[in-house]
Amino acid sequence: MSYIAKPKITHPGLNKNELGLTTRDYEGAVSTLCAGCGHDSVTAAIIQAVFELNVEPHMLAKMSGIGCSSKTPAYFASQSHGFNSVHGRMPSVTTGANAANRDLTYIGVSGDGDSLSIGVGQFVHAIRRNLNMCYIIENNGVYGLTKGQFSASADIGSLPKKGLPNQQEPIDPVSTALSLGATYIARSFSGDKEQLVPLIKGALLHSGFSLVDVISPCVTFNDHEGSTKSYAHTREFYNHVINVDYIHPSEEIKAAYAEGEAMPIHLRGGDTIVLRKLSREYDPTSRASSFKYLRDRFNAGEITTGLLYVNEEREEMHELMGNVDTPLAHLPYEELSPGKEELHKLQSRYR
Amino acid sequence: MKPTDTANPDYYHKVVDCQWGCPAHTDVPAYIRMIAQGRFSDAYMENRKSNVFPGILGRVCDRPCEPACRRGRVEEKPVAICRLKRVAADHRDDITDRLPQAPARSNGKKVALIGAGCASLTVANDLRPLGYEVTIFEALDTTGGLMRTNIPQFRLPPAVLDEEIAYILDMGVDLKLNHPIDSLEDLLGEGYDAVFVGTGAPRGKNLEIPGRYDSDRIHIGIDWLESVAFEHTKTIGRRVLIIGVGNTAMDCCRTSLRLGADDVKVMARKPRGFFKASDWELEDAEEENVEILVNHSPKEFVYEDGKLVGMNFELMEYNIDEQGRIDRGTVTGEKFMPADDVVLAIGQDNAFPWIERDIGIEFNEWECPVVDETTMMCTRDGVFFGGDSAFGPRNIIWAVEHGHQAAISMHKYCHGENIEDRLPMGMNLASQKMGMHEWSFSNDYNPASRRLMPHVDLKKRFKKLDIEVELGFTAEQTIEEVERCLNCDVQTVFAANLCIECDACLDICPVNCLTITDNGDEQDLRTRLKAPAENLDQALYVSAELPQTGRVMVKDEDLCVHCSLCAERCPTGAWDMQKSELLVPYAADESPQDQPKVAGA
Repeated sequence: MSYIAKPKITHPGLNKNELGLTTRDYEGAVSTLCAGCGHDSVTAAIIQAVFELNVEPHMLAKMSGIGCSSKTPAYFASQSHGFNSVHGRMPSVTTGANAANRDLTYIGVSGDGDSLSIGVGQFVHAIRRNLNMCYIIENNGVYGLTKGQFSASADIGSLPKKGLPNQQEPIDPVSTALSLGATYIARSFSGDKEQLVPLIKGALLHSGFSLVDVISPCVTFNDHEGSTKSYAHTREFYNHVINVDYIHPSEEIKAAYAEGEAMPIHLRGGDTIVLRKLSREYDPTSRASSFKYLRDRFNAGEITTGLLYVNEEREEMHELMGNVDTPLAHLPYEELSPGKEELHKLQSRYR
Repeated sequence: MKPTDTANPDYYHKVVDCQWGCPAHTDVPAYIRMIAQGRFSDAYMENRKSNVFPGILGRVCDRPCEPACRRGRVEEKPVAICRLKRVAADHRDDITDRLPQAPARSNGKKVALIGAGCASLTVANDLRPLGYEVTIFEALDTTGGLMRTNIPQFRLPPAVLDEEIAYILDMGVDLKLNHPIDSLEDLLGEGYDAVFVGTGAPRGKNLEIPGRYDSDRIHIGIDWLESVAFEHTKTIGRRVLIIGVGNTAMDCCRTSLRLGADDVKVMARKPRGFFKASDWELEDAEEENVEILVNHSPKEFVYEDGKLVGMNFELMEYNIDEQGRIDRGTVTGEKFMPADDVVLAIGQDNAFPWIERDIGIEFNEWECPVVDETTMMCTRDGVFFGGDSAFGPRNIIWAVEHGHQAAISMHKYCHGENIEDRLPMGMNLASQKMGMHEWSFSNDYNPASRRLMPHVDLKKRFKKLDIEVELGFTAEQTIEEVERCLNCDVQTVFAANLCIECDACLDICPVNCLTITDNGDEQDLRTRLKAPAENLDQALYVSAELPQTGRVMVKDEDLCVHCSLCAERCPTGAWDMQKSELLVPYAADESPQDQPKVAGA
C-alpha cells in the first residue's frame, strides 16, 4: 500500500458523463492490496463501467464477502452503499438487499475462495434464483490473504510458488453457471480492460444474474512460471471469442453491426448490446454448444474469454415471484403488513 | 514512434520546465528542496552556480521559469520560484568562504571587460578563478549597470547589489570606474588577450511627434531613471504621463509617485494582452493606483504660453484575428490628456558610437554587432559580446547566460582552442527510493495555492524612494510555497523489459498521463491516450515494446505531478523515480592543457 492518498488533482481535459461526474468521482480509498494486483485493475474497470453508464452513486450497492477480492469495494464508488458480509455469504445478503430494494444496481465482488470454496452453495443458489445482480469473481487460483494456498479454481498441474503441483479438479465458475442456467456469463482478464469494461457494463444492464469471471493474477503468490493464472500465462493462452459493445440508447445501431458476425441483443431493461463473434464456431446463445466449446478449449489449455452466454428470455427473481414494481423498502408499512385480520383471512383460505 | 531516447540530456531536462525555460538553466527544484530543508546557504550557492546574482534576481528577475512552471498547467498559478530564490538569499549565512577564489598565481592572460553590468561581472566571476587578470572598464562612477541605474531602489535595494557585486570584485578584479571607452581600436591595441563588450542597450527610444523638443519636462525613461538613481532628479510634476507599457514604464510610473506625483497615467497604444510589461509588474503598479489607459496613440505635445500642458492622443480601435494577432488599428477619435511631465518609455536601442566600423566588427541593419549565438564572439576574433549589447534588450538572466558562454569562449580562445568545440551538457540520474514506499523527496501533492507576497503598506511606501515594497515571504509562506513545487526533476524512469502490463500505474495516476497501447505515429498516439494530450509543447515518452504483448507504454509529460504513485504501485520496479541532475559546463570545466582542472567550480 502507499503512504500517500491519490492526489485530488485531475487532468483538466477529463471527460464528464451525463451526470457531470468524472471517473475520479467514482473512486474510493487508495488500495491496500499488493502493488500490481489484478484486483486493482478490475476496480478501475468497474469505475470506468459505472462512469460510462452514468450510474448515480446513491443508486449503486457494492456487496462483498471476505478475501482480497472482497476488500476491493472499498476502492471504488465511495459515495455508494456497501455491505462487507461474512465469508462466502455475499449472495444471501445481496438477495436480502435486492428483495427489499429492487431499484438499486447491485454489484457483488467476490473471489475464487469466497465463491467457489466456502461460499459455493450460496453462489449456485443465487444463480438459481436469477438474482438481478452483477457478480464479479476476481479469480486468481490462490488464497492470497492466507499466503497463497491453492484455491478451488486452481488448474491441475499448476505449480505453487513452493511445493507440489495441484492435483484436484478445478471448479470452473463459467461452466458451473452455464449448467445452472445463469443468464449472462462472461469471462475476462484484468489485464484487458478493452474487453472487461464493456462486459461489466453489459452485466450491470442485464436483468437477472450476470457472472463476470475475471482472471486476476495474484502478483505475490501466483504470477510465477508454471502458474496457470499468471499475467504471462493468461496472455499466452488467451482465446477471445465474443466481443461485446454497449450501444447508448441515443446511438443508432450502425450498419456494420447488422452484417456478418455482429448480433445486436436487446436487453430486457431496454438497452442494447452488440456481440461480435471473433470465433466462427462459437454460439453464445446455445447452452449446449457453448458448454462443449468451453470444455474443448479448456482441455486444449486455452482460456476462453468474452461474453460466453446470454439469455434475455428468463425472468429475474422479482418477476418470477410476481412482486410489485415498487421496492418493498418504499412501500408504506400498512401495505407491507396488512395486519392480523388479513393474515387470518389468508390462513383461513388454506384450512 | 521510436522509443524515446532518454540518454539525450535534453529529454529529461525538458521535463523540468523551469530549468528548461531559464536561460542559465538554474536547477530550480533542487534549490527549492534545499529551502524546504532549511538549507538556505546551500540553496543560495546552488543558485549562484548558474545565475550568479541570486539576491538581485530573487527580486527583479524576468522569471521565464514561472510561465513555464508545470504547476501553472496543473492548476492556475505557477510556483513563486523567483520569490523563493529571494528567501534563499535573505536567509543565507555568511557564504564568503564558499565563493570561488582566485588562484595565487596569474595564468598570464589578460582580459578586458567593458561595462560593469551583469554580463561583464559574470565573465569576471567565471574567469578570475582560472587565474585571468581581469580589468573592467566602467563609464559611470559605480558598478551594476542598468541594475543600479534603471531599476528603482524600492525594488532592488543598493545594499543587495553591492554585496553580490563585491563577491566578484573581491576576487581581485581591476575595476576602473569613470573610465568610458571612447575607442575600441585603442583598447584592442593595449595587449589584452580577449575583450568582452557588456555595455547594454543604453539609448532610450525617442518619440518624434510635434512639440517633442519644446519643453524640458519631456524625459527619456531610462535616462530619467538613471538621473533619479543618482539623485540628480528629486521631483516631478503632479500630473505625469508615461508613454509605453513595458517594464521600464512600470518603473517610471512607480518612481514618479515617490517623487511627488499624485496623478500618474500609463498610456498604452494597444489593448491589454499586448503589453510588454510582465503581469506582476503591471499588478504592482496598479496596486499603487497607477491608471493604465489602453488604445491611446500619442499624437502631439500641447503647449499653452510656451508651457507644456499635456498631450493629444488618437483613440485607436483594433481587430484581433483568430490567431490572436492584432492589426494596425484605425483612429476613431482624439483626446487631450493634461500633464506636467511626460516620460517616454517605449524601448531601448543599442548604441556603439565608440566602436570603429573599420576594425573587422560587422554590424547588421539595426546597428547591432553580428554575434554568434553560441560562442558570443563577433566577426573579429577575440572580441566577445554579451547582455543587451549582443542582441538588443533582453533581461538580466540572459545577460548572465551570455556571460557564462562568453567566458567559456574567452577561456578557449586565450588558450588557442577551437571555441566552437564546447563540452556538451550532461545528465545524471539517481534513484530516490528509500524504502518500500519512501522517497527522498516530498512526493505528496500539496493543493495549496500560490502565496501572495506581502507588501509595505500603501501609505508608508511613498515616503522615501528607497523603501523596498516587497517584504519577502514569511517562514509560514515559505513552508507552503516550497511544497507547491512538483519536483519535476525527479523523473519517472521506465524499464520496458520489467513491465508485466498489470495496468497498476495507469490506474493510480491521478492525472491519467499513462497509457499502454499499440504504437503509432505521434499524431495518432496523441488521440489514443487515456486523457487528451493536446499540449504539443510537451513530449510524449514512448517505451520500447513491452515483453508480453508488444504494445508500448506512453507517457504524456504535460501534467505529471511526480507523485511517485506509478512507481509505488509497480510490482516489478519497472517504474522508478530518479533525480535528474543537469550537468552544465562552465569555463572552469573546459580545461585547456596548460590549465590545471579547477574542481568544484
